[in-house]
Amino acid sequence: MRIEEHPVLQFDRGEKVTFFYNGQEVEAYSNETIAAALHAAGVRRLGHSPELHRPRGLFCAIGNCSSCFMTVNGEPNVRICVTRVEPGMRVEEQQGKGVVTP
Amino acid sequence: MIRNVEVLVVGGGPAGLCAAQAAASMGAKVTMLERDYVPGGQLVKQTHKFFGSEKQHAGERGFQIGRMLLDEIQADPNIEILPETTALGCYEDGVITALQGDKHLKFRPERTILATGAAEKFLAFPGNDLPGVYGAGAVQTLMNVAGVKPAQRVLMVGSGNIGLIVSYQLKQAGVEVAGVVEAAPRIGGYLVHAAKIRRAGIPILTGWTVKEAFGKEQVEGAVICQLDDKFQQIPGTEKTIACDAICLAVGLTPLTELCWQAGCEMKYIRELSGHVPVVSDDLETTKAGIYAAGDVTGIEEASSAMVEGKIAGYSAAASLGHSPEEAARLRQEAMEELRQLRSGPTGGKINAGIEKVKQDGGVVHVNLYRYSH
Repeated sequence: MRIEEHPVLQFDRGEKVTFFYNGQEVEAYSNETIAAALHAAGVRRLGHSPELHRPRGLFCAIGNCSSCFMTVNGEPNVRICVTRVEPGMRVEEQQGKGVVTP
Repeated sequence: MIRNVEVLVVGGGPAGLCAAQAAASMGAKVTMLERDYVPGGQLVKQTHKFFGSEKQHAGERGFQIGRMLLDEIQADPNIEILPETTALGCYEDGVITALQGDKHLKFRPERTILATGAAEKFLAFPGNDLPGVYGAGAVQTLMNVAGVKPAQRVLMVGSGNIGLIVSYQLKQAGVEVAGVVEAAPRIGGYLVHAAKIRRAGIPILTGWTVKEAFGKEQVEGAVICQLDDKFQQIPGTEKTIACDAICLAVGLTPLTELCWQAGCEMKYIRELSGHVPVVSDDLETTKAGIYAAGDVTGIEEASSAMVEGKIAGYSAAASLGHSPEEAARLRQEAMEELRQLRSGPTGGKINAGIEKVKQDGGVVHVNLYRYSH
């Protein structure tokens, strides 16, 4: 959920854009990360661990921890916490360690 | 192709920004690598007013200081900022590599300033990998940068300054805080922050910890329990807390991979929260030409990181022959600022840590990250 009113901060969210999460259209803003847009849309489970298949979510949000890996426009293991949303982007839950397609 | 650069700053947080600005103001050409798409590090996520003196912009809120610094740096023709660029490695011949999108960049800097900051510590408990268990920094990033609520009701773990400040920030963002659990028998952070959140009606439970997180696909609640004076869980004291997020504010540890790779002498210093590079008063590591500033030299506050950045920036510029007298004078001033900052309430611990770094012995020789030939 988005913060509409804040006593100290004003958010420069940029323009409204849409992208695709597992094939579904999601509304987002041009100045935010994929992670922020998915959280705003209520998506917190971002994938599953490769071996035990336990649900995985965001942990550090600054590109350190690798917990938020997803497949973006066909490229696996993208840190969505430091990747900005782009219009029409395809963001998918990753299966296992991901497959790199040349 | 390897690019020759004069001063390479790795990291665009408070230390990196100030290092770049200091070196550039003496006439050095600076290139700064920043992993995120906007520099500023954790500074731009702070909504509270800073302490210290006027020189460290005391009384201003962290994000305001960050924006001011960023504006100045973006207008500086001597500074090139490379955002969305992650440093990957530091090689024996001094080459530093980085990834920018799908481009692999290589730099050969005359001087390098490592301002890589810190990583959040984790805590072992069942269910700690569920979505909804966040580091305190992640909560700040979501709500103070993106303006997105991380959850509806949060359990905070840790009552150091970060735990207290982030609890208050959650309240500001309209998120409920179920309470703060603190394993130690007393509150870790400043009284002024603790009083603020107590006034907001948020309970702080000292001598308590999180025993487990539960939930199917994400956090649906937490079990907390009391600890004895040996930090062992006391059976029968368990309480269930309804929450959809658990925020871990259990400390930070220096992010030193590049220091290890460069072959800097490293020491484990408990007071500085982990392994740190051995540095001179100029903040030069034991590898000539490689400096370190900010949390990578030991966990402190953003104010100290900014001043350390200045010291490293002036030192690096002076060593290249840029306005050496002026740089020496400004570096001296910055060292005095740092001395004053460290005379504050938490300074004792930091000073003790820095003394240990300076003492002989204790250097860790096993280089965990280095490829062995």
